[in-house]
Amino acid sequence: MASRGIKDQVAIVGMGCTNFGEHWDKSVEDMLVEASQEAYASAGIEQDDVDAFWFGTLGSGVSGLTLSRALKLDYKPVTRVENMCATGSEAFRNACYAVASGAYDVACAIGVEKLKDNGMSGLVSTPLPDDGTRPEMTAPATFSLLAPAYGNKYGVKEDEMKDVLTRIAWKNHYNGARNPRAQFQKEVPKDKIRNAPLIAGQLGIFDCSGVSDGSAAAIIVRAEDALKYTDKPIYVKALAFAAGPAAGPIDSDYDYTTFHEVAACAADAYSQAGVDNPMAEIAMAEVHDCFTPTELVLMEDLGFAERGLGWKEVMAGTYDLDGELPVNPDGGLKSFGHPIGASGLRMLLECWLQLRQEAPEDRQIKSVTEEGKTLGMTHNLGGAPGECVSFISIVGSELG
Amino acid sequence: MRGIIGYGAYVPFYRLQRSAITAALGSGGGRGTRAVASYDEDATSMAVEACRNMIRSGGSSLPKPASVSFATSTPPYLDKTNATVIHAALGLPSSVFAADVGGAPRSVNAALRFALEGSSPAMIVASDVRTGRPGSADESMSGDGAVAWMIGSDRDAPVLAHWLGGASATSEFLDRWRLPGWNYSRVWEERFGEHAYLPLVAEAATAAFKQCELGSDDVDLVVVTGLHARAVRGAARSAGVGSAKIANDMTMTIGNTGTPHAGLVLTSALDEAEPNQTIMVIHLADGCDVGFYRTTEALTNFVSAEPISAQIERGNDTLDYNKFLTWRGFLDREPPRRPDPTPPAAPPSQRNQAWKYGFVGSRDRSSGAIHLPPHRVSVKGGAVDEMEPIPMAEVKASVATFTIDRLAYTLSPPAIAVVIDFDGGGRFSCQLTDADPESVAIGNRVQMTFRRMRTDNGVHNYFWKAKPATIEEPASASNLAEEEK
Repeated sequence: MASRGIKDQVAIVGMGCTNFGEHWDKSVEDMLVEASQEAYASAGIEQDDVDAFWFGTLGSGVSGLTLSRALKLDYKPVTRVENMCATGSEAFRNACYAVASGAYDVACAIGVEKLKDNGMSGLVSTPLPDDGTRPEMTAPATFSLLAPAYGNKYGVKEDEMKDVLTRIAWKNHYNGARNPRAQFQKEVPKDKIRNAPLIAGQLGIFDCSGVSDGSAAAIIVRAEDALKYTDKPIYVKALAFAAGPAAGPIDSDYDYTTFHEVAACAADAYSQAGVDNPMAEIAMAEVHDCFTPTELVLMEDLGFAERGLGWKEVMAGTYDLDGELPVNPDGGLKSFGHPIGASGLRMLLECWLQLRQEAPEDRQIKSVTEEGKTLGMTHNLGGAPGECVSFISIVGSELG
Repeated sequence: MRGIIGYGAYVPFYRLQRSAITAALGSGGGRGTRAVASYDEDATSMAVEACRNMIRSGGSSLPKPASVSFATSTPPYLDKTNATVIHAALGLPSSVFAADVGGAPRSVNAALRFALEGSSPAMIVASDVRTGRPGSADESMSGDGAVAWMIGSDRDAPVLAHWLGGASATSEFLDRWRLPGWNYSRVWEERFGEHAYLPLVAEAATAAFKQCELGSDDVDLVVVTGLHARAVRGAARSAGVGSAKIANDMTMTIGNTGTPHAGLVLTSALDEAEPNQTIMVIHLADGCDVGFYRTTEALTNFVSAEPISAQIERGNDTLDYNKFLTWRGFLDREPPRRPDPTPPAAPPSQRNQAWKYGFVGSRDRSSGAIHLPPHRVSVKGGAVDEMEPIPMAEVKASVATFTIDRLAYTLSPPAIAVVIDFDGGGRFSCQLTDADPESVAIGNRVQMTFRRMRTDNGVHNYFWKAKPATIEEPASASNLAEEEK
C-alpha cells in the first residue's frame, strides 16, 4: 500500500476562468460556457476533442446534466463531484487520474458556483434532516477559533494577532488589485481593515473571503502528448487529498492551532513530488485563505514556517508578492472571490500564468523570472478547524 | 403518611426592572423586578431545570417516580404531550407515565391532589412563561419560573413535609381568560374578582380547618398566592388567618409566576422552615384550594442544591425592555438575510433521543474516550462498537476556547460559541447562554442547561447549551434514570 502519485504523467495544456464577482447578468450556463470556451481556445482544441468531463459544484446544480445540458455535450461521460470547498480541485484530481490511467486522451475539469442569486448573506447549504443538535456556529466563527488558540499557544498578544491578520488581508487585497479577474481589485489600507466591523471573534469583514459567482476550467492530457497542444505545458507533480476522523470538535487533544488534515496532505504531496525543502523549491502557493487566520495556520501546516513562527514570517513579508515565497499572488479567496466549485481550478490558473511567465507584469513573481523556480502549489480545505478535507496539488513547468 | 419528599425551584437568570417599562411607555411598570425566561427557554425547558434542581438536592434518596405530571398554562405544544420532553430529558424509563395537566394555573392543584391522594411516588412539575400586553399589570407584575415536587410516603423516602389535608371551593366566574393562540390574557375589572374570590376563600379555609382538625392558632406560616393580586391581599383575613405570619410571595423580585407560584413560595418557605411547623397554602384560581403541610425532622437534613434565594440573588437585572419584548414575540424584528432554518426531523430526533434530550454520550470501554454525540467507532484507537452510554448533563466543564459570533442568528445577539472540555473527558462545542460576552474567558467553568434552541415550522428544537457554572459541588448521583430490570 502506498500513495505513489502520478508525477509527470499528465499535464495542463489549457485553462479558462471567468471573472469572479457578483454576476447579476450571468447564469450558471453562461459561466460554464465562458470558462470552457476559454479553456478550449487556450489548448487549441474544440469541444469535440474532449473525451470526458469532471464537473465540480457544491450546489449550483446536480449531476453531469448540469454541464452537458449547458454545453450540449455529444454523449460524453460527465462526472459531477463535490467535496466542499475542495470541489474544483477534486474535479481536477479525478480528471488527471482518468488521463493517467489511459482511459481518455483529453479530459476537462470544470467547476462553477452561483452564490449570489439566492439573496442571502454568506454561504447557504441544505443540511440533511437531522436531530437539531449540530452546533450552530457560522463559518467565520469556527475559523475565528484559530486566532486566540494560536496566540495563547505561541504568546502572540491579541493586538499583535490583529496586526498579523490585518497584514494577510492587506497583502491579498494588494495582489488582487493587480488581477483584472478578481472580485475585489482595490488595495485596502491597513487601518481600514483593522477597524472594520467585527463578524466573529477578532475577525472583521476584511478577514473574510469574498462570496462570488464564477467558473474555471482546465484541459488535461498525457504528459507525452502535451507539447502537441502548447509549448509551455504545466505538469502535474503531486495530487494529495486527506479526510480525517473529524476529531477536533470531540477530542480535547485538538488545540485549534493546526489542521491535521493539511499537514498529512502536505507530507503526501511533497513525497509524491519529491520536494524536500518547500521554502526553497516552491515558487508560489495558492492557499485556502477563507479567513485570515486560516492562511496563518496553513503557512505552518504546509511547512512554509516553523511552528509558532508563521506570524513573524507574515509580518516580515515572506509571503508578499515580492517575498521569498509569494502566497496567493492572484489575491486568493480573500480578493479573487470564492465561488466554491471554481476556486481550486482558479488557483491552478495562477500557477499556469505565473509558471509560464504570463501573469500581468505588475504581479509576475520574481521567484519564477529571476530565481528560476518552476513549482507551484494549490491548496484547498473544506469544513472547519478540526474537521476538514484538504487538497494539495504541486505543478511544474518542467519535467523531472 | 404522604407528603413532599423532594422539591426544586427554577428561576430564570434575567430580570426586567419594572421601571424600564415605565421609561419606555410612560406608563405601566412599577417598583421591583420580574423574572424573565430567556429567549431560549419555555415552560418545558424551565420545568426540566426545576426537576434537575430537585434531583440534585434529593440525590440518591429520591425514588423513581411512577408518573410525571406537567402543569402549565403556557404549553409549548398542544395536541402533543409536553411532559414527554421532561421525561426524556431526565432519562426516565418508558414505564414511567408522563402527561400534561394544563390550561389554567389551577391545573397544578389537580396534579398535586391526585399525587397526594395516590399511592406511588409521583413527580409534579409546574412552569409558566407569563406575558401581558405592553403596559399592562400582567406584563409587569407577573414573572417566569418553574417548580418540581416529588410526592410520596415515608416508605419511599423521608417525607420533608407531611400533607395534613385540605379543601376546595369552586365557582364559575369570568376573572381572567385567554383564547388559544393569544399571547396575553385579559382580565375583568378587579373589584368584581375580589367580590367573587373572597367568599370562596372563606369557604375553603373553613372546610380545610375542619377536615384537618386545626385552628388558626396552629398555623405557623401562610402561603397565599393567585393571579388576582387584590383578592390575594384580602385572602388571609377571609381565611381567618389575618394575624398569622404570611410568607414573602416574591412579587417584588420575580413577580407572580402563575401555575408554579404557590409551589415556588412553598419551596422558599421550606428552605427556611424548622421541623414541626404547620404551613397553610391558600391558592386562588377559579375558586380556592387550601391545604396544610407539617414539616418533619427530615427537613433538617435536606439541603437545596440550588435554593430559590440564591437563584433570585444571582438574577441579572440589566435586561432591556426592547429585548424582553423581542424575546416574547411582541416586537417583530427584521431577520438576518439567511435561509429559514429547517426544524429537527422526527426520525433522527427519536433515534437519538438519549443524546438530544438526555445529553447521553458514549464512552469507549477500551480507551475511555468520551464521545459527544455518541459514536460507534472510537476517536482514540478506532475500536468498533465498544461503546457504553454515559450521561453527561450533570458533569461540569471548562471553556477550552470560544468566540463571539456576530453573524449567527439569535434573539439575543451576539451569540457566544464555546468549545468545552468536560471534567473527566469529553469535548463539545455549543452556545454559552445566560452569559455576558465580555466576561467569557478560556478556563471559565460551565454546566449544561436544557434549552429550546429555536422554533421553526412550528417544531420546537430542544437541546442543551452551556451556562456559567452556578454549582461547584459535585452533583449527587441519581438513580432515577436507571432502567427497570
